[in-house]
Amino acid sequence: MTQGSYFVEYNRALTKDVREMRLLGDTSAITAPGQFVNIQLDGLFLRRPISVCDWDSEGLIMIYKVVGRGTAALGGAAPGAKLDVLCGLGNGFDVSRCGGRTLVIGGGVGTPPMYGLAKALLKAGKTPIAILGFNTREEIFCEDRFRELGIGTTVTTVDGSWGTRGFVTDALPEDYDYFCACGPGPMLKAVYSAAKTSGLFSFEERMGCGFGACMGCSCKTKYGSKRICKDGPVLEKEEIIWQTHG
Amino acid sequence: MADTRVTLSGITLDNPVIPASGTFGYGREFAQFYDINCLGTFSFKGTTREPRFGNPAPRIAEGPSGMLNAVGLQNPGVERVIAEELPELKKVFRKPVMANVSGFSVEDYAHTCALLDREEQVGWLEVNISCPNVHGGGMAFGSDPAAAAEVTRAVKAVTTKPVYMKLSPNVTDIAAVARACEEAGADGVSLINTLLAMRIDLKRKKPVLANGTGGLSGPAVFPVAVRMVYQVYEAVSIPIIGMGGVSSAEDVIELMLAGAAAVEVGAANLVSPFACRDIIRDLPRVMEQYGIQSLSDITGGAHNG
Repeated sequence: MTQGSYFVEYNRALTKDVREMRLLGDTSAITAPGQFVNIQLDGLFLRRPISVCDWDSEGLIMIYKVVGRGTAALGGAAPGAKLDVLCGLGNGFDVSRCGGRTLVIGGGVGTPPMYGLAKALLKAGKTPIAILGFNTREEIFCEDRFRELGIGTTVTTVDGSWGTRGFVTDALPEDYDYFCACGPGPMLKAVYSAAKTSGLFSFEERMGCGFGACMGCSCKTKYGSKRICKDGPVLEKEEIIWQTHG
Repeated sequence: MADTRVTLSGITLDNPVIPASGTFGYGREFAQFYDINCLGTFSFKGTTREPRFGNPAPRIAEGPSGMLNAVGLQNPGVERVIAEELPELKKVFRKPVMANVSGFSVEDYAHTCALLDREEQVGWLEVNISCPNVHGGGMAFGSDPAAAAEVTRAVKAVTTKPVYMKLSPNVTDIAAVARACEEAGADGVSLINTLLAMRIDLKRKKPVLANGTGGLSGPAVFPVAVRMVYQVYEAVSIPIIGMGGVSSAEDVIELMLAGAAAVEVGAANLVSPFACRDIIRDLPRVMEQYGIQSLSDITGGAHNG
Protein backbone atom coordinates (compact mmCIF):
# COMPACT_ATOMS: atom_id res chain seq x y z
CA MET A 1 0.00 0.00 0.00
CA THR A 2 1.10 3.53 -0.74
CA GLN A 3 -0.42 6.88 0.18
CA GLY A 4 -0.06 9.71 -2.27
CA SER A 5 -1.53 12.54 -4.31
CA TYR A 6 -3.18 11.66 -7.59
CA PHE A 7 -4.43 13.99 -10.30
CA VAL A 8 -7.70 13.55 -12.16
CA GLU A 9 -6.93 13.24 -15.87
CA TYR A 10 -10.57 12.86 -16.91
CA ASN A 11 -13.87 12.04 -15.26
CA ARG A 12 -16.65 11.28 -17.73
CA ALA A 13 -20.11 9.76 -17.81
CA LEU A 14 -20.54 6.29 -19.33
CA THR A 15 -24.24 5.92 -18.52
CA LYS A 16 -26.78 7.96 -16.55
CA ASP A 17 -25.03 7.26 -13.23
CA VAL A 18 -21.84 5.33 -14.06
CA ARG A 19 -18.64 7.33 -14.57
CA GLU A 20 -15.07 6.60 -15.63
CA MET A 21 -12.15 8.42 -14.02
CA ARG A 22 -8.46 8.16 -14.76
CA LEU A 23 -6.08 9.14 -11.97
CA LEU A 24 -2.43 9.92 -12.61
CA GLY A 25 0.00 8.88 -9.90
CA ASP A 26 2.10 6.10 -8.44
CA THR A 27 0.58 2.70 -9.20
CA SER A 28 3.56 0.64 -8.02
CA ALA A 29 1.54 -0.77 -5.10
CA ILE A 30 -0.98 -2.46 -7.39
CA THR A 31 0.00 -6.11 -7.63
CA ALA A 32 -3.17 -7.85 -8.84
CA PRO A 33 -6.44 -7.16 -10.65
CA GLY A 34 -9.38 -6.78 -8.26
CA GLN A 35 -7.48 -4.60 -5.80
CA PHE A 36 -8.94 -1.24 -4.81
CA VAL A 37 -8.01 2.29 -3.84
CA ASN A 38 -9.35 4.32 -0.90
CA ILE A 39 -9.97 7.96 -1.68
CA GLN A 40 -10.22 10.97 0.63
CA LEU A 41 -12.91 13.42 -0.46
CA ASP A 42 -13.65 16.94 0.80
CA GLY A 43 -16.30 17.08 3.49
CA LEU A 44 -16.35 13.31 4.13
CA PHE A 45 -14.56 11.81 7.12
CA LEU A 46 -14.03 8.28 5.86
CA ARG A 47 -12.28 7.46 2.62
CA ARG A 48 -14.26 5.78 -0.14
CA PRO A 49 -13.06 2.42 -1.49
CA ILE A 50 -13.31 2.05 -5.30
CA SER A 51 -12.10 -0.92 -7.34
CA VAL A 52 -9.39 -0.51 -9.95
CA CYS A 53 -10.58 -1.30 -13.48
CA ASP A 54 -7.24 -1.01 -15.24
CA TRP A 55 -3.82 0.45 -14.59
CA ASP A 56 -0.44 1.15 -16.13
CA SER A 57 2.77 2.67 -14.82
CA GLU A 58 1.38 6.22 -15.01
CA GLY A 59 -2.10 5.89 -13.62
CA LEU A 60 -5.25 3.92 -13.02
CA ILE A 61 -8.83 3.83 -14.26
CA MET A 62 -11.85 3.52 -11.98
CA ILE A 63 -15.40 3.01 -13.17
CA TYR A 64 -17.90 3.78 -10.44
CA LYS A 65 -21.60 4.30 -9.94
CA VAL A 66 -22.90 7.42 -8.23
CA VAL A 67 -25.02 6.02 -5.40
CA GLY A 68 -24.38 8.27 -2.40
CA ARG A 69 -22.52 11.29 -1.08
CA GLY A 70 -19.07 9.79 -1.57
CA THR A 71 -19.48 8.74 -5.18
CA ALA A 72 -21.34 12.00 -5.90
CA ALA A 73 -18.32 13.92 -4.59
CA LEU A 74 -16.06 11.74 -6.71
CA GLY A 75 -18.26 12.43 -9.72
CA GLY A 76 -17.75 16.14 -9.18
CA ALA A 77 -13.94 15.97 -9.25
CA ALA A 78 -12.77 18.01 -12.24
CA PRO A 79 -9.74 17.26 -14.44
CA GLY A 80 -6.63 18.52 -12.67
CA ALA A 81 -8.12 18.03 -9.20
CA LYS A 82 -5.76 16.49 -6.64
CA LEU A 83 -6.97 13.51 -4.56
CA ASP A 84 -5.32 11.81 -1.58
CA VAL A 85 -5.41 8.09 -2.32
CA LEU A 86 -4.35 4.89 -0.58
CA CYS A 87 -3.37 2.63 -3.47
CA GLY A 88 -2.99 -1.11 -3.88
CA LEU A 89 -5.40 -2.33 -1.19
CA GLY A 90 -6.82 -5.83 -0.83
CA ASN A 91 -5.66 -9.18 -2.17
CA GLY A 92 -7.15 -9.05 -5.66
CA PHE A 93 -7.58 -12.02 -7.97
CA ASP A 94 -4.82 -14.63 -7.99
CA VAL A 95 -4.41 -15.23 -11.73
CA SER A 96 -2.24 -18.29 -11.09
CA ARG A 97 -5.25 -20.08 -9.62
CA CYS A 98 -7.33 -19.51 -12.73
CA GLY A 99 -7.64 -22.20 -15.35
CA GLY A 100 -7.00 -21.92 -19.09
CA ARG A 101 -10.68 -21.21 -19.75
CA THR A 102 -11.78 -19.00 -16.90
CA LEU A 103 -15.20 -17.36 -16.86
CA VAL A 104 -14.97 -13.69 -15.95
CA ILE A 105 -18.39 -12.76 -14.63
CA GLY A 106 -19.33 -9.16 -13.85
CA GLY A 107 -22.68 -7.78 -12.75
CA GLY A 108 -23.46 -4.06 -13.02
CA VAL A 109 -20.87 -1.97 -11.26
CA GLY A 110 -19.07 -5.21 -10.35
CA THR A 111 -17.92 -5.36 -13.97
CA PRO A 112 -14.96 -2.91 -13.90
CA PRO A 113 -12.42 -4.99 -11.93
CA MET A 114 -13.19 -7.94 -14.21
CA TYR A 115 -11.72 -6.01 -17.14
CA GLY A 116 -8.33 -5.75 -15.43
CA LEU A 117 -8.62 -9.43 -14.58
CA ALA A 118 -9.42 -10.40 -18.20
CA LYS A 119 -6.35 -8.47 -19.36
CA ALA A 120 -4.15 -10.16 -16.76
CA LEU A 121 -5.47 -13.60 -17.77
CA LEU A 122 -4.67 -12.88 -21.42
CA LYS A 123 -1.19 -11.76 -20.44
CA ALA A 124 -0.74 -15.02 -18.53
CA GLY A 125 -1.58 -16.94 -21.73
CA LYS A 126 -5.06 -17.97 -20.63
CA THR A 127 -8.35 -17.67 -22.47
CA PRO A 128 -10.89 -15.75 -20.41
CA ILE A 129 -14.56 -15.74 -21.38
CA ALA A 130 -16.56 -12.69 -20.26
CA ILE A 131 -20.18 -12.72 -19.12
CA LEU A 132 -21.49 -9.29 -18.20
CA GLY A 133 -24.91 -8.77 -16.65
CA PHE A 134 -26.97 -5.58 -16.58
CA ASN A 135 -30.57 -4.65 -15.89
CA THR A 136 -31.27 -2.99 -19.21
CA ARG A 137 -29.58 -1.70 -22.39
CA GLU A 138 -29.23 1.90 -21.12
CA GLU A 139 -27.17 0.71 -18.16
CA ILE A 140 -24.57 -1.22 -20.16
CA PHE A 141 -20.95 -0.07 -20.04
CA CYS A 142 -17.58 -1.73 -20.66
CA GLU A 143 -18.95 -4.10 -23.35
CA ASP A 144 -16.75 -2.57 -26.09
CA ARG A 145 -13.75 -2.63 -23.84
CA PHE A 146 -14.09 -6.39 -23.31
CA ARG A 147 -14.73 -7.01 -27.01
CA GLU A 148 -11.60 -5.03 -27.90
CA LEU A 149 -9.60 -7.60 -25.92
CA GLY A 150 -10.77 -10.12 -28.53
CA ILE A 151 -12.26 -12.47 -25.96
CA GLY A 152 -15.63 -14.18 -26.03
CA THR A 153 -18.07 -11.72 -24.48
CA THR A 154 -21.71 -12.34 -23.66
CA VAL A 155 -23.94 -9.58 -22.32
CA THR A 156 -27.17 -10.34 -20.50
CA THR A 157 -29.97 -7.93 -19.63
CA VAL A 158 -32.74 -8.72 -17.21
CA ASP A 159 -35.35 -7.16 -19.52
CA GLY A 160 -33.90 -8.61 -22.72
CA SER A 161 -33.30 -5.19 -24.28
CA TRP A 162 -29.75 -6.23 -25.30
CA GLY A 163 -27.90 -9.51 -25.60
CA THR A 164 -29.21 -12.56 -23.82
CA ARG A 165 -32.38 -12.08 -21.78
CA GLY A 166 -31.97 -12.98 -18.11
CA PHE A 167 -29.16 -13.15 -15.59
CA VAL A 168 -25.47 -14.02 -15.98
CA THR A 169 -26.33 -17.52 -14.80
CA ASP A 170 -28.58 -17.91 -17.88
CA ALA A 171 -25.52 -17.48 -20.11
CA LEU A 172 -22.99 -19.84 -18.50
CA PRO A 173 -21.27 -21.89 -21.25
CA GLU A 174 -20.65 -25.64 -21.01
CA ASP A 175 -16.91 -25.46 -21.43
CA TYR A 176 -14.98 -23.67 -18.68
CA ASP A 177 -12.60 -24.76 -15.94
CA TYR A 178 -12.70 -21.90 -13.40
CA PHE A 179 -14.60 -18.70 -12.74
CA CYS A 180 -14.16 -15.28 -11.13
CA ALA A 181 -17.17 -13.14 -10.25
CA CYS A 182 -17.91 -9.66 -8.96
CA GLY A 183 -21.35 -8.11 -8.65
CA PRO A 184 -24.34 -7.72 -6.36
CA GLY A 185 -24.80 -10.25 -3.55
CA PRO A 186 -27.76 -12.09 -5.13
CA MET A 187 -25.78 -12.51 -8.37
CA LEU A 188 -22.77 -13.92 -6.54
CA LYS A 189 -25.00 -16.34 -4.68
CA ALA A 190 -26.65 -17.46 -7.94
CA VAL A 191 -23.23 -17.99 -9.55
CA TYR A 192 -22.16 -20.00 -6.51
CA SER A 193 -25.13 -22.32 -6.96
CA ALA A 194 -24.87 -22.60 -10.75
CA ALA A 195 -21.12 -22.93 -11.25
CA LYS A 196 -19.73 -26.41 -11.82
CA THR A 197 -16.13 -25.53 -11.00
CA SER A 198 -14.13 -23.85 -8.28
CA GLY A 199 -13.76 -20.09 -8.44
CA LEU A 200 -13.22 -16.74 -6.80
CA PHE A 201 -15.71 -14.10 -5.65
CA SER A 202 -15.04 -10.44 -4.98
CA PHE A 203 -17.15 -8.92 -2.20
CA GLU A 204 -18.18 -5.44 -1.15
CA GLU A 205 -18.61 -4.16 2.41
CA ARG A 206 -18.75 -0.88 4.29
CA MET A 207 -15.20 -0.22 5.44
CA GLY A 208 -13.56 1.91 8.06
CA CYS A 209 -9.88 2.01 7.17
CA GLY A 210 -9.55 -0.23 4.10
CA PHE A 211 -6.17 -1.62 5.20
CA GLY A 212 -6.98 -4.15 7.91
CA ALA A 213 -6.76 -2.13 11.11
CA CYS A 214 -10.30 -1.51 12.34
CA MET A 215 -12.07 -4.86 11.79
CA GLY A 216 -15.04 -2.88 10.44
CA CYS A 217 -15.57 -5.18 7.43
CA SER A 218 -15.00 -8.62 8.96
CA CYS A 219 -16.95 -11.61 7.71
CA LYS A 220 -17.09 -15.23 8.78
CA THR A 221 -15.60 -17.84 6.45
CA LYS A 222 -14.98 -21.56 6.72
CA TYR A 223 -11.31 -20.68 7.21
CA GLY A 224 -12.04 -18.29 10.11
CA SER A 225 -12.96 -14.62 10.19
CA LYS A 226 -11.57 -12.47 7.40
CA ARG A 227 -11.38 -8.75 6.71
CA ILE A 228 -12.92 -7.95 3.34
CA CYS A 229 -10.47 -5.06 2.92
CA LYS A 230 -7.25 -6.91 3.70
CA ASP A 231 -7.81 -10.69 3.47
CA GLY A 232 -10.32 -10.01 0.65
CA PRO A 233 -12.13 -8.59 -1.20
CA VAL A 234 -11.57 -11.82 -3.16
CA LEU A 235 -12.52 -15.04 -1.38
CA GLU A 236 -12.48 -18.64 -2.58
CA LYS A 237 -15.71 -20.42 -3.35
CA GLU A 238 -14.85 -23.16 -0.85
CA GLU A 239 -14.52 -20.83 2.14
CA ILE A 240 -17.64 -18.74 1.76
CA ILE A 241 -20.40 -18.76 4.35
CA TRP A 242 -23.38 -17.05 2.72
CA GLN A 243 -25.18 -15.88 5.85
CA THR A 244 -22.83 -12.92 6.06
CA HIS A 245 -23.03 -11.95 2.39
CA GLY A 246 -25.78 -10.63 0.17
CA MET B 1 15.37 21.59 21.81
CA ALA B 2 11.74 20.68 22.46
CA ASP B 3 11.39 17.90 25.02
CA THR B 4 8.41 15.71 24.05
CA ARG B 5 8.91 13.14 26.81
CA VAL B 6 6.14 12.38 29.30
CA THR B 7 5.87 9.85 32.10
CA LEU B 8 2.98 7.45 32.77
CA SER B 9 3.15 5.70 36.15
CA GLY B 10 6.94 5.59 36.22
CA ILE B 11 7.48 4.64 32.56
CA THR B 12 8.86 7.43 30.40
CA LEU B 13 7.51 7.75 26.85
CA ASP B 14 9.48 9.45 24.08
CA ASN B 15 6.33 11.42 23.30
CA PRO B 16 2.72 11.42 24.49
CA VAL B 17 1.25 9.99 21.26
CA ILE B 18 -0.48 6.62 21.68
CA PRO B 19 -2.65 4.98 19.00
CA ALA B 20 -5.95 4.10 20.65
CA SER B 21 -7.22 0.56 21.08
CA GLY B 22 -9.28 -0.74 18.19
CA THR B 23 -7.65 1.51 15.61
CA PHE B 24 -4.20 -0.11 15.54
CA GLY B 25 -4.82 -3.86 15.82
CA TYR B 26 -1.80 -5.50 17.41
CA GLY B 27 0.49 -3.18 15.46
CA ARG B 28 1.25 -5.48 12.55
CA GLU B 29 -0.56 -3.60 9.77
CA PHE B 30 0.99 -0.25 10.69
CA ALA B 31 4.47 -1.71 11.08
CA GLN B 32 4.32 -2.38 7.33
CA PHE B 33 3.77 1.35 6.71
CA TYR B 34 6.29 2.96 9.10
CA ASP B 35 8.60 2.17 12.02
CA ILE B 36 6.11 2.17 14.88
CA ASN B 37 8.92 2.55 17.41
CA CYS B 38 8.48 6.31 16.92
CA LEU B 39 5.26 6.05 19.00
CA GLY B 40 5.11 6.80 22.71
CA THR B 41 3.46 3.40 22.97
CA PHE B 42 0.20 1.98 21.62
CA SER B 43 -2.89 0.45 23.12
CA PHE B 44 -3.57 -2.86 21.44
CA LYS B 45 -6.91 -4.23 20.28
CA GLY B 46 -9.41 -4.76 23.08
CA THR B 47 -8.81 -8.29 24.31
CA THR B 48 -11.34 -10.53 26.02
CA ARG B 49 -11.21 -13.85 27.85
CA GLU B 50 -12.79 -15.76 24.93
CA PRO B 51 -12.39 -15.17 21.16
CA ARG B 52 -15.06 -12.89 19.72
CA PHE B 53 -16.24 -12.34 16.15
CA GLY B 54 -18.19 -9.24 17.11
CA ASN B 55 -21.31 -7.78 15.51
CA PRO B 56 -22.79 -8.47 12.07
CA ALA B 57 -22.04 -6.11 9.15
CA PRO B 58 -22.46 -3.28 8.45
CA ARG B 59 -20.33 -2.25 11.40
CA ILE B 60 -19.25 1.15 10.10
CA ALA B 61 -21.17 4.36 9.42
CA GLU B 62 -20.24 7.98 9.00
CA GLY B 63 -21.26 11.28 10.52
CA PRO B 64 -20.24 14.90 10.09
CA SER B 65 -16.52 14.97 11.01
CA GLY B 66 -16.57 11.49 12.40
CA MET B 67 -17.51 7.84 12.18
CA LEU B 68 -19.61 5.28 14.02
CA ASN B 69 -18.39 1.78 14.70
CA ALA B 70 -20.13 -1.28 16.06
CA VAL B 71 -17.30 -3.78 15.65
CA GLY B 72 -18.22 -5.43 18.93
CA LEU B 73 -14.77 -6.22 20.33
CA GLN B 74 -13.65 -8.68 17.67
CA ASN B 75 -10.45 -10.30 18.93
CA PRO B 76 -8.84 -13.75 19.03
CA GLY B 77 -9.13 -14.08 22.83
CA VAL B 78 -6.42 -13.59 25.44
CA GLU B 79 -4.76 -16.98 25.01
CA ARG B 80 -4.14 -16.53 21.29
CA VAL B 81 -3.12 -12.91 21.84
CA ILE B 82 -0.40 -14.13 24.19
CA ALA B 83 0.59 -17.11 22.05
CA GLU B 84 0.44 -15.49 18.61
CA GLU B 85 0.09 -11.70 18.62
CA LEU B 86 2.57 -10.68 21.31
CA PRO B 87 5.50 -12.68 19.84
CA GLU B 88 4.81 -11.03 16.47
CA LEU B 89 4.52 -7.62 18.11
CA LYS B 90 7.91 -8.07 19.77
CA LYS B 91 9.51 -8.29 16.32
CA VAL B 92 8.27 -4.84 15.28
CA PHE B 93 7.91 -2.91 18.56
CA ARG B 94 10.57 -2.78 21.27
CA LYS B 95 8.80 -0.50 23.78
CA PRO B 96 6.35 -1.39 26.56
CA VAL B 97 2.85 -1.75 25.13
CA MET B 98 -0.52 -0.92 26.66
CA ALA B 99 -2.74 -3.98 27.01
CA ASN B 100 -6.39 -3.08 26.49
CA VAL B 101 -8.82 -5.46 28.16
CA SER B 102 -12.60 -5.84 28.03
CA GLY B 103 -14.87 -8.17 29.89
CA PHE B 104 -18.43 -9.14 30.60
CA SER B 105 -18.06 -9.93 34.28
CA VAL B 106 -15.71 -8.86 37.07
CA GLU B 107 -14.14 -12.32 36.89
CA ASP B 108 -13.52 -11.93 33.12
CA TYR B 109 -11.62 -8.71 33.70
CA ALA B 110 -9.53 -10.15 36.51
CA HIS B 111 -8.72 -13.34 34.57
CA THR B 112 -7.67 -11.56 31.35
CA CYS B 113 -5.74 -8.82 33.15
CA ALA B 114 -3.86 -11.34 35.32
CA LEU B 115 -2.70 -13.24 32.22
CA LEU B 116 -1.57 -10.11 30.37
CA ASP B 117 0.07 -8.65 33.49
CA ARG B 118 2.62 -11.48 33.34
CA GLU B 119 3.69 -10.62 29.79
CA GLU B 120 7.04 -8.89 29.73
CA GLN B 121 6.18 -6.40 27.00
CA VAL B 122 3.00 -5.19 28.70
CA GLY B 123 3.79 -1.90 30.42
CA TRP B 124 0.31 -0.86 31.45
CA LEU B 125 -3.17 -2.37 31.54
CA GLU B 126 -5.98 -0.28 30.12
CA VAL B 127 -9.30 -1.64 31.30
CA ASN B 128 -12.22 -0.81 29.01
CA ILE B 129 -15.33 -0.51 31.14
CA SER B 130 -17.09 1.62 28.57
CA CYS B 131 -17.46 -0.06 25.19
CA PRO B 132 -21.00 0.82 24.15
CA ASN B 133 -21.34 -1.85 21.50
CA VAL B 134 -21.85 -5.11 23.27
CA HIS B 135 -25.24 -6.18 24.54
CA GLY B 136 -25.14 -6.70 28.27
CA GLY B 137 -21.44 -5.87 28.17
CA GLY B 138 -19.09 -3.16 29.32
CA MET B 139 -21.68 -0.40 29.40
CA ALA B 140 -22.99 -1.30 32.84
CA PHE B 141 -19.59 -1.16 34.54
CA GLY B 142 -18.60 2.22 33.19
CA SER B 143 -21.89 3.92 33.84
CA ASP B 144 -22.01 3.09 37.55
CA PRO B 145 -19.27 4.35 39.92
CA ALA B 146 -19.75 1.35 42.24
CA ALA B 147 -19.40 -1.16 39.40
CA ALA B 148 -16.37 0.70 38.02
CA ALA B 149 -14.77 0.55 41.46
CA GLU B 150 -15.52 -3.16 41.74
CA VAL B 151 -13.74 -3.92 38.45
CA THR B 152 -10.82 -1.72 39.50
CA ARG B 153 -10.39 -3.51 42.81
CA ALA B 154 -10.65 -6.95 41.20
CA VAL B 155 -8.02 -6.11 38.57
CA LYS B 156 -5.67 -4.40 41.04
CA ALA B 157 -5.84 -7.46 43.31
CA VAL B 158 -4.37 -9.76 40.64
CA THR B 159 -1.93 -7.48 38.81
CA THR B 160 1.37 -5.71 39.42
CA LYS B 161 1.49 -3.27 36.51
CA PRO B 162 -0.15 0.18 36.38
CA VAL B 163 -3.90 -0.07 35.75
CA TYR B 164 -5.67 2.63 33.74
CA MET B 165 -9.45 2.49 33.75
CA LYS B 166 -10.90 3.56 30.39
CA LEU B 167 -14.04 5.57 31.03
CA SER B 168 -17.27 5.95 29.09
CA PRO B 169 -18.53 9.41 28.17
CA ASN B 170 -22.09 8.08 28.15
CA VAL B 171 -22.71 9.09 31.77
CA THR B 172 -24.12 12.07 33.61
CA ASP B 173 -21.03 12.68 35.76
CA ILE B 174 -17.78 11.21 34.44
CA ALA B 175 -15.83 12.81 37.30
CA ALA B 176 -17.76 10.67 39.80
CA VAL B 177 -16.78 7.48 37.94
CA ALA B 178 -13.15 8.64 37.79
CA ARG B 179 -13.13 9.36 41.53
CA ALA B 180 -14.57 5.91 42.26
CA CYS B 181 -11.80 4.30 40.19
CA GLU B 182 -9.13 6.35 41.96
CA GLU B 183 -10.48 5.42 45.39
CA ALA B 184 -10.52 1.75 44.34
CA GLY B 185 -6.81 1.90 43.54
CA ALA B 186 -6.60 2.75 39.83
CA ASP B 187 -3.20 4.10 38.79
CA GLY B 188 -4.79 6.30 36.15
CA VAL B 189 -7.82 6.82 33.94
CA SER B 190 -8.15 7.13 30.18
CA LEU B 191 -11.00 8.94 28.48
CA ILE B 192 -13.11 9.28 26.45
CA ASN B 193 -14.36 6.14 24.81
CA THR B 194 -16.82 6.60 21.93
CA LEU B 195 -20.17 8.36 22.29
CA LEU B 196 -23.24 6.20 21.75
CA ALA B 197 -24.73 7.17 18.39
CA MET B 198 -26.97 6.10 15.48
CA ARG B 199 -27.51 6.83 11.79
CA ILE B 200 -30.59 5.90 9.78
CA ASP B 201 -30.54 4.99 6.08
CA LEU B 202 -33.28 7.00 4.34
CA LYS B 203 -33.65 4.48 1.51
CA ARG B 204 -34.13 1.46 3.78
CA LYS B 205 -35.64 3.52 6.60
CA LYS B 206 -33.61 1.45 9.04
CA PRO B 207 -30.46 2.08 11.10
CA VAL B 208 -27.30 1.93 8.97
CA LEU B 209 -25.51 -0.28 11.48
CA ALA B 210 -26.73 -3.87 11.82
CA ASN B 211 -26.27 -3.40 15.57
CA GLY B 212 -28.52 -0.33 15.52
CA THR B 213 -26.23 1.82 17.64
CA GLY B 214 -22.49 2.38 17.44
CA GLY B 215 -19.77 4.48 19.00
CA LEU B 216 -19.06 7.92 17.54
CA SER B 217 -15.43 8.97 17.21
CA GLY B 218 -13.40 11.45 15.20
CA PRO B 219 -13.04 15.24 15.31
CA ALA B 220 -16.80 15.56 16.03
CA VAL B 221 -16.19 14.40 19.62
CA PHE B 222 -12.97 16.33 20.33
CA PRO B 223 -14.59 19.24 22.22
CA VAL B 224 -16.46 16.72 24.39
CA ALA B 225 -13.16 15.01 25.18
CA VAL B 226 -11.52 18.30 26.12
CA ARG B 227 -14.39 19.15 28.48
CA MET B 228 -14.40 15.71 30.14
CA VAL B 229 -10.62 15.55 30.58
CA TYR B 230 -10.80 19.04 32.10
CA GLN B 231 -13.52 17.96 34.55
CA VAL B 232 -11.79 14.73 35.52
CA TYR B 233 -8.48 16.57 36.06
CA GLU B 234 -10.22 18.66 38.72
CA ALA B 235 -11.67 15.55 40.36
CA VAL B 236 -8.70 13.16 40.62
CA SER B 237 -4.96 13.29 41.24
CA ILE B 238 -4.00 10.17 39.22
CA PRO B 239 -2.74 10.65 35.64
CA ILE B 240 -5.20 10.98 32.77
CA ILE B 241 -4.71 9.65 29.26
CA GLY B 242 -6.87 11.89 27.08
CA MET B 243 -8.45 10.84 23.80
CA GLY B 244 -11.38 11.56 21.52
CA GLY B 245 -11.06 12.95 18.01
CA VAL B 246 -7.39 13.92 18.27
CA SER B 247 -5.94 14.42 14.80
CA SER B 248 -3.12 16.98 15.07
CA ALA B 249 -0.21 18.07 17.27
CA GLU B 250 -2.34 21.09 18.26
CA ASP B 251 -5.07 18.72 19.49
CA VAL B 252 -2.48 16.82 21.58
CA ILE B 253 -1.39 20.04 23.27
CA GLU B 254 -4.99 21.16 23.84
CA LEU B 255 -5.92 17.89 25.58
CA MET B 256 -2.76 18.08 27.68
CA LEU B 257 -3.60 21.63 28.74
CA ALA B 258 -7.03 20.27 29.77
CA GLY B 259 -5.29 17.74 32.01
CA ALA B 260 -3.99 14.79 29.99
CA ALA B 261 -0.55 13.37 30.79
CA ALA B 262 -0.55 11.52 27.44
CA VAL B 263 -2.90 11.38 24.48
CA GLU B 264 -4.40 8.59 22.43
CA VAL B 265 -5.21 8.96 18.74
CA GLY B 266 -8.01 6.78 17.36
CA ALA B 267 -10.14 7.38 14.29
CA ALA B 268 -7.43 9.51 12.64
CA ASN B 269 -5.34 6.33 12.15
CA LEU B 270 -8.11 4.85 10.03
CA VAL B 271 -8.26 7.81 7.65
CA SER B 272 -4.52 8.23 7.42
CA PRO B 273 -2.36 5.26 8.38
CA PHE B 274 0.48 7.75 8.94
CA ALA B 275 -1.50 10.03 11.29
CA CYS B 276 0.46 9.27 14.48
CA ARG B 277 3.84 9.43 12.76
CA ASP B 278 2.89 12.84 11.33
CA ILE B 279 1.61 14.17 14.68
CA ILE B 280 4.89 13.13 16.35
CA ARG B 281 6.84 14.78 13.55
CA ASP B 282 4.83 18.02 13.98
CA LEU B 283 4.99 18.20 17.79
CA PRO B 284 8.36 20.02 18.20
CA ARG B 285 7.37 22.70 15.67
CA VAL B 286 3.97 23.29 17.30
CA MET B 287 5.56 23.32 20.79
CA GLU B 288 7.95 26.00 19.61
CA GLN B 289 5.09 27.98 18.10
CA TYR B 290 3.39 28.11 21.51
CA GLY B 291 6.56 28.59 23.56
CA ILE B 292 6.51 25.11 25.14
CA GLN B 293 9.95 23.70 26.08
CA SER B 294 8.82 20.51 27.80
CA LEU B 295 5.51 18.75 27.15
CA SER B 296 5.43 17.18 30.61
CA ASP B 297 5.13 20.68 32.09
CA ILE B 298 1.85 21.58 30.37
CA THR B 299 -0.50 18.90 31.76
CA GLY B 300 -3.45 20.72 33.30
CA GLY B 301 -2.03 24.10 32.28
CA ALA B 302 -5.47 25.44 31.42
CA HIS B 303 -6.67 25.18 35.01
CA ASN B 304 -6.47 28.03 37.49
CA GLY B 305 -3.96 27.93 40.32
